[in-house]
Amino acid sequence: MRVAVVMFPGTNCEHDVAYALAELGAEPELVWHRETDLDGFDGVVLPGGFAHGDYLRTGAIARFSPVMGAVERHAAAGTPVLGICNGFQILCEAGLLPGAMVANRDLRFICRPVHLRVESTDSMLTRAARVGQVLRLPLNSYEGNYIAPAADLVRLESQGRVMLRYCDAAGVADEATNPNGSTNSIAGIANEQGNVAALMPHPERAAEEVLGSVDGRVILESFVASMVREPAPA
Amino acid sequence: MKRLRIDIRRKEGLSDPEGVATLRALHDLGYAEVDEVHFGRMIYLDLPDGGAAETGKRVEEMCRRLLANPVIENWTVETVE
Repeated sequence: MRVAVVMFPGTNCEHDVAYALAELGAEPELVWHRETDLDGFDGVVLPGGFAHGDYLRTGAIARFSPVMGAVERHAAAGTPVLGICNGFQILCEAGLLPGAMVANRDLRFICRPVHLRVESTDSMLTRAARVGQVLRLPLNSYEGNYIAPAADLVRLESQGRVMLRYCDAAGVADEATNPNGSTNSIAGIANEQGNVAALMPHPERAAEEVLGSVDGRVILESFVASMVREPAPA
Repeated sequence: MKRLRIDIRRKEGLSDPEGVATLRALHDLGYAEVDEVHFGRMIYLDLPDGGAAETGKRVEEMCRRLLANPVIENWTVETVE
């Protein structure tokens, strides 16, 4: 399964993502953001970092990078598209996911492991997990506070498209266990079709014992398991 | 040449963590009369004179597509010089 790991100027997690995906048997390839053709890829990852320096707003300039036309076509065609951290912000700016990210509630850059509760297994983000499972993954962001217009939130919640919520080790999700003020403790969501999904924490940084947690593997395994090989062009 | 000032603000009712933190600091300093603080962003665009109708339409489009995020922000455009 060929996975395009997209690099924008300022992306800094592409090698970690590619390494973790390769360990799971996928064939990741780094793709520069000026590329306009992603034909032949079975999945797309927008990794973390600070695309285009986060200037203007996080993801605002990346969303118009030449590669994004191809990402949008893949998303519409049902190809799994995974956003991690900055990738989540870019997918929101591109309108492929609802809502937006703003500064953390306490105006601090958060860089520590957090707990996440699996809310639904209906997307390519969590299909290998079980509902109620608690994962421990590193969070590494300043703009990780998810907000959305009320109507979008109602749709997200009623359609079961909130995949992951911040919680404590026991799985309790409330304001006290919410690290960044994210609305409804939202840490990961999916689109209506379930093939575009994103999370703020970094599964690739929790993919091996030596990293302190292997909980990220279930997210990346879900993504890899969702890919269907594209037929070779005739 | 004319200069346009674009004033971009978070929509009312949506979370504004910088505004809330600054309001708290103002209250701590004794400025209890302040009810709310809203943060925004100011962007200046320099454009050649003339073509007013077309310019207005295009600047609105620039705001909607790139300069602001219509999901969470409102904006106003003013000519300043």
